Amino acid sequence: MTALLHVDNISKRFGGFVALDGVELMVQPGERLGLIGPNGSGKSTLVNCICGTLQNESGSVRFDGQVVDGLAAHQRTHRGIARSFQLPRPFTSMTLVDNLRIPLLYTVHARSGPLRSTGDLDARCHELLEMVGLVKKAKQMPRDLTQVEMRKLELARAVAAEPKLLIADESMAGLSHSEIEDILTLLVRLNERGITVILIEHIMSAVMSFSQRLAVLVSGKKIADGKPEDVVRNPEVVRAYLGQ
Amino acid sequence: MNTAKFSLIAIAIGAAVLAFAHWFKVDYLYFASYTILQFIVLATAWNILGGYCGYVNFGSAAFFAMGAYSSVFMHKFYPLPIPVLIVIGAIVSGIAGFGMGYLTLRLRGSFFAIATLALAVVLQTLVVNWDYVGGSRGAYILRPESLEFAGITINYIEYLFALMLALAVIALVTARVIERSQLGFGFATIRDDELAAEACGVPTLRLKLIATTLSGAFMGMAGAPFPYYIGYLQPSSAFGLEYAVNSIAMPMIGGTTSWVGPLVGAILLGSAQQYATVTISSAVNLLIVGLMLVGFVIIAPNGLIGLVQERLRARRKP
Repeated sequence: MTALLHVDNISKRFGGFVALDGVELMVQPGERLGLIGPNGSGKSTLVNCICGTLQNESGSVRFDGQVVDGLAAHQRTHRGIARSFQLPRPFTSMTLVDNLRIPLLYTVHARSGPLRSTGDLDARCHELLEMVGLVKKAKQMPRDLTQVEMRKLELARAVAAEPKLLIADESMAGLSHSEIEDILTLLVRLNERGITVILIEHIMSAVMSFSQRLAVLVSGKKIADGKPEDVVRNPEVVRAYLGQ
Repeated sequence: MNTAKFSLIAIAIGAAVLAFAHWFKVDYLYFASYTILQFIVLATAWNILGGYCGYVNFGSAAFFAMGAYSSVFMHKFYPLPIPVLIVIGAIVSGIAGFGMGYLTLRLRGSFFAIATLALAVVLQTLVVNWDYVGGSRGAYILRPESLEFAGITINYIEYLFALMLALAVIALVTARVIERSQLGFGFATIRDDELAAEACGVPTLRLKLIATTLSGAFMGMAGAPFPYYIGYLQPSSAFGLEYAVNSIAMPMIGGTTSWVGPLVGAILLGSAQQYATVTISSAVNLLIVGLMLVGFVIIAPNGLIGLVQERLRARRKP
């Protein structure tokens, strides 16, 4: 089976600071991968390099059998990579429905020809809002939402692009226990629909229950990759998290 | 309301204005309303980039002047009818808009604004030193008194007025079409959050280039008939501060998120300026703009349209 995503030995530096140092990562289709690491370990930089927000300096990113290096973020979205942002970034001047309309218009539309009518578009937006339980607030603005609702909107918008790979960048930070459960259930449901998910998270209980495989980044290097139970027992990982 | 219906209504209103002005037969009325119409076009053009995409352009005067000076150039080189000159002005300024966009759109926020300001300064320097179009002395354009068209004699100023009216209608219809299209949604995502826009698959750079080109082209169109209107064009009047300031202030006062904003702003501010020019002095113009802008920033930061929308929303949910 060929990997859906193959991050091949990529590096990225900001001035003198090496953010990613020869990172290697494979993700199989349909997999649920957890990506952890202390603050500043390069998780978000890795996500940005995969999504095209940043361009890696060496190495290459292959997605779905094709090299995507040099492609702009929107082109990678068209190919099937979607992400949610660490801090939700909704389109603040638009209602919730219109927020979801954007990926439908610009990605789904561009990929598979026109959605038949504005009626179809509306129906699809509402379906997505239904999925995350926000359908009652369809006509409201993002500023009327609570923190957890904002995260759900963020995920719904990423899913609206009908991706093959969804990267959820700390979509549970700052949420309560039951809210985390909510988001986890949602992510598992998306995965069951065939979307490969990379979950970046600090909350270990969430990562452990979600991930089939766990990768650990420390100071721009991948130090462990494997079954979650094995990885958390890895002495190097323990050292990185707890200090010596 | 669909676009065809809206266009018909806009044309009907335009025709009514024309008939009304014709009935009054006061030349000054044409002069004054020509200026207001010109500002409707300029403000609408500015709003396509500044309001819809959120990129503030301080160089409106440069695009306006490019339209005006391409007419001066053609007038000396090979005189053509004004509608053709308008098309030429649109092409020249549109290309300039595209070029400026390509060079500067990687700059965000205030950096972009400063770059557009620099563009205006550079272009003015070029024109001042270009003898063929009059250089710093300026150029005289003698316009005919009247125009023969299909056996009817039309007063020339009335003709210019009708052209500018048509341009205003075209600009407003275009702005409204954009607003409701996929393009308009894309523009709004750029204004809200470019990173999120890219993540949703919006090709932000391409959209911004479309906006700068369109915006530039409309400003050029507004400028093309200007030498014929004013009769004598010099760099300091074509690159005047009032164009840059007004084309920002009018949408701001009216409201930047809708095509109605620049229209309302231009009519309000344009009329106030015309009134002040006649009753007080033409130098008060910019003072009026400044005071109104300060007032609106305090009372209605989202412009008149924003104020009305807020009131309506507040009434709906008590």
